[in-house]
Amino acid sequence: MWDEMTAEFFVGHYNYWMTVVLMMIGLYVVVSRGNLVKKIVGLNLFQTSVFMLYISMAKILGGTAPILTDNPDEVYSNPLPHVLILTAIVVGVATTALGLALIIRIRESFDTIEEDEIFEIEQQMAKNATSSVGDR
Amino acid sequence: MLSSLTPHLPVLQVVVPLMAAPLCTLIGNRHLAWTIAFITALAAFVVSALLLGSVLDGSVISYHLGGWAPPWGIEYRIDAANAFVLFIVSLIGVLVLPYARQSIEHEFEASTHTYFYTCYLLCLTGLLGVAATGDAFNVFVFLEISSLATYALVAFGARRDKRALTAAYNYLIMGTIGATFFVIGIGFLYMVTGTLNMADLAVRLAEVGDTRVTRVAFVFILVGMGLKLAMFPLHLWLPNAYNYAPSAVTAFLAATATKVALYVLLRFTFTVFQFDFPVQELTFEYVVMPLALVAMFAASIAAVFQQDVKRLLAYSSIAQVGYMLLGVALLSEAGLTAGIIHLFNHAVTKGALFLAVGCFVYQIGSSRLGDLKGIGKTMPWTTAAFVAGGLSLIGVPLTVGFISKWYLIQASLQTGSLWIAGLIVASSLIAVVYVWRIVEVAYLEPAPEGRANKEAPLAMILPTYALVAASLYFGINSELTSSAASQAATALYSATDLASEGAAQ
Amino acid sequence: MSPELAITLTILLPASATVLLALMDKRPNLREAVSLITAGVLFFIVFGLFETVLDGARPAAHWFDVIPGLSLSFEIEPLGMLFGVVAAGLWIVTALYSIGYMRGNNEANQTRFYICFAIAISAAMGIAFAANMFTLFIFYEVLTLSTYPLVAHKETADARRGARTYLAILITTSIGFQLVAIIWTWVAAGTLDFEIGGILTDKIEPTLLPFLLALYAFGIGKAALMPFHRWLPAAMVAPTPVSALLHAVAVVKAGVFTMLKVGVYIFGIDLLSTTGAADWLMWLAAFSILAASIVAMTKDNLKARLAYSTISQLSYITLGMALATSLGVMGGAMHIAMHAMGKITLFMCAGAIYVATHKTEISDMDGLGRLMPFTYGAFFIGALSIIGLPPLGGAWSKWYLMLGAADTGQIAMMVVFMASSLLNIAYLLPVVARGFFMGNSVPMAHSLGAAAVHAKGMKAIREAPLWCVIPPCLTAFGCVLLFFYAGEIYTLIEPVAFPKGAAPS
Repeated sequence: MWDEMTAEFFVGHYNYWMTVVLMMIGLYVVVSRGNLVKKIVGLNLFQTSVFMLYISMAKILGGTAPILTDNPDEVYSNPLPHVLILTAIVVGVATTALGLALIIRIRESFDTIEEDEIFEIEQQMAKNATSSVGDR
Repeated sequence: MLSSLTPHLPVLQVVVPLMAAPLCTLIGNRHLAWTIAFITALAAFVVSALLLGSVLDGSVISYHLGGWAPPWGIEYRIDAANAFVLFIVSLIGVLVLPYARQSIEHEFEASTHTYFYTCYLLCLTGLLGVAATGDAFNVFVFLEISSLATYALVAFGARRDKRALTAAYNYLIMGTIGATFFVIGIGFLYMVTGTLNMADLAVRLAEVGDTRVTRVAFVFILVGMGLKLAMFPLHLWLPNAYNYAPSAVTAFLAATATKVALYVLLRFTFTVFQFDFPVQELTFEYVVMPLALVAMFAASIAAVFQQDVKRLLAYSSIAQVGYMLLGVALLSEAGLTAGIIHLFNHAVTKGALFLAVGCFVYQIGSSRLGDLKGIGKTMPWTTAAFVAGGLSLIGVPLTVGFISKWYLIQASLQTGSLWIAGLIVASSLIAVVYVWRIVEVAYLEPAPEGRANKEAPLAMILPTYALVAASLYFGINSELTSSAASQAATALYSATDLASEGAAQ
Repeated sequence: MSPELAITLTILLPASATVLLALMDKRPNLREAVSLITAGVLFFIVFGLFETVLDGARPAAHWFDVIPGLSLSFEIEPLGMLFGVVAAGLWIVTALYSIGYMRGNNEANQTRFYICFAIAISAAMGIAFAANMFTLFIFYEVLTLSTYPLVAHKETADARRGARTYLAILITTSIGFQLVAIIWTWVAAGTLDFEIGGILTDKIEPTLLPFLLALYAFGIGKAALMPFHRWLPAAMVAPTPVSALLHAVAVVKAGVFTMLKVGVYIFGIDLLSTTGAADWLMWLAAFSILAASIVAMTKDNLKARLAYSTISQLSYITLGMALATSLGVMGGAMHIAMHAMGKITLFMCAGAIYVATHKTEISDMDGLGRLMPFTYGAFFIGALSIIGLPPLGGAWSKWYLMLGAADTGQIAMMVVFMASSLLNIAYLLPVVARGFFMGNSVPMAHSLGAAAVHAKGMKAIREAPLWCVIPPCLTAFGCVLLFFYAGEIYTLIEPVAFPKGAAPS
């Protein structure tokens, strides 16, 4: 299979490489950042990479926007993935909005949006619950 | 009038709750909102029952949304498999609502109740939509509708315990990653086939054959759905989400959300990718099955050490998902039947258990094991319901859990692996341990002084008992469930017939 | 009354009596009347069936299918009839006895006690009359669960620990081994119906037969085959009526009865003897007999000694089956009745001693025989029957077991039977001897303090309440009767043990 790994293969698929790079960055941010807002940013990057995957896949070399013209031979890009991604973007926006709303509530209740500090508070809460049972 | 609606049942199933959801918020009155929600859920249940009744003979209903013929338009395609799932989801959906009305009184402010019903209906819409649709991308959209509603529903628990917020947040991150993985998988499929209709996909994929793209697509879909259905080790969001969500939400989610995700996985595995894709077979044999087995043990053992009953049941759910996946991973029609029947049986059992725990929480404000001492004497009916559910979890005869175990062990013996049968029973013995911990605390320890002998309100007891009754009835007479499950398995399995039929349209 | 109705009644009657019992919670006299009347009516019905079966009829009843192809159905054959009549008959005696015992001891939760007792009898009837292994297994599990509250009756830490061991071993073995064995049989043979000659011939590799038999033999934990015997001594924390009826008669006999059923109707004696699949079981049972007898000698607690004696005696029956010969089966079947009658006498005497003196250790019981002559007389007769001396019932079953061993040329097994009889004498008769001949007016206690208490208690000791003394006297008389009516049992069992009519006169 390594025969395929020519320069042409790499260059010809550059849109996919970009997608992969963006996706990995996004995932890495989600996993590695302790700040809840930054996690959302990472999530957005991750989702965007997928949008790009769909959009670039619909692109046809030399194609125009998919608008009906009089010329039946007109080459145009596949509109379906674009439409799909429109939906996916809406979903993404909703997710982001909900995530941010949750962060606001977390900030109000925990006074922090750092993951490790929240974790500590939760540990403390769990410990208190156990000891209160022990008292009874 | 009614008969003119009959051809539109598949879409009504989804659209009715979708329309009713914003109504709950717009109306602004929580009692009215509840009434709307309940009527809607009841309607959805009736529709699903009608649908199930009309496809149990093996026929398929194909509904073209907006009159656009598939594969260009979106198709709602109801066969025995998804009719069964629709039935489960809407059954639980309608049973939980009267319960929720009572239980949320204690859990958060009355002014937010209308939002709760909206989220609840949206979640129901999403789950029903996922099951009803025959379009791969539509699955994603509905999946996200239900997931977003779910995150909000979990966060409603923040009033009682602020950890619900972080649980909801983590669920959101994990769930979104899962959904995005799923979309990537769909994207690859679209790339090689140029279609999104599942039946059409099946035909085209058979032509494309086993390429690297299809393999990658399959793995992305598997991982994405694995996250949603809490496949071990992608289950990390589940214990906290179930633990801190309001009682009614936990019961609803435990009984439906993971089940629907499992259905999607089954649909893609058996209908879209046809079964003889080698990568698929290998993945199930060497990845899914070992993981399922590990889940059965690791999660059960984790359950044994929990101090909170809700959390204990959450871990038990992860183990039970392991059973379902195990049945599927046996890659035989008998195994698939076992997986599907357990899907139903576990929904009923876990629903009943979480509802019973909700009654405890309502009455004594806690679900911690230490606070449940002597609960069998102060709340005898609720505890009896809980024990009945617990026995079903163990797989004692005359409960649905036994039927599941029977089918699972039978399927594993039929594929000739006695050791899998041995592992199934071994892990269900761990269930004895965690269930009995609760039984001993509830019955054999004295109740703390000053706790009144008071049952939960009837509105909460009745739905609990409805599910308990179901779990006993289908344990004594499994005719209906087993025939529906085997019919569903056949529907999923007969991918080629279905695909050729789809192409003809 | 049609036989079908009669069978259904035997199971439903005690089960429905629980409702009445629950209603009579506050009226002990009525409650116990209900318990007695139910026992009487049940015995009447069962005895009617007994006559029918003795005439060669095989009454049957079909309830419904639980899983398609697997039904809850009943068919009375001789072995089941014998077990049924023993359990129903001794229930009357125990019902009388429990009134005396529970009142004499002022036990708490008496209603729960009677309810669970009735369910246990109902389950025992289900086991006795089951037409297939599936039905049998269901009632087997019901019996396990319904007796758990009885073992845990006192709710003390000790009782809880004992009950936990009890449940853990019985559930582990039944779900862990027996269920797998049953499903294996189902997958291999396609049926679970009991048929003379077995259903497994040519269905399973002969090399796998011993393995399947092992799953059954260890799966039937109630037969207390070593090393799964620990539950029986653990269950001795229960009130004595429970030990008497359940752990000398219903529960343990359900175990060995199932063992016989499996040997005769699932495997078939011929299959076992031609393949030698049961050889290992024979040796293990022999070991159980001797080892348990030796352990019994070391026990000072009377109930514990009787428990180990039971373990040993149960293995007689297992051994009878494992000999795989007609005479062995005959001896095993007879021993179900003979041992039940003898052992229930011993247990009830132990209970009577406890009610009257609150003594549990044999070393404290010196001289009691002269104060409680009836109790000790009954104990003596029961002990002689267990040892196997004529003119007591136990003589016959040992006779046939010995014949069976001789028939197969297993001289070693004959030696085991003889040695075991000697051991029986060694651990049972000292109890009687101490009662009558030792500990004159000076109490032989170990410490001064205890001696004082002992001496003080001694004066007040007399026979236990009437209802504690009459039942053991009745059963002791029963031991004598059985010697003379053993012919009836022989005629009953003959068609099973000698299906080809090759009975030696």
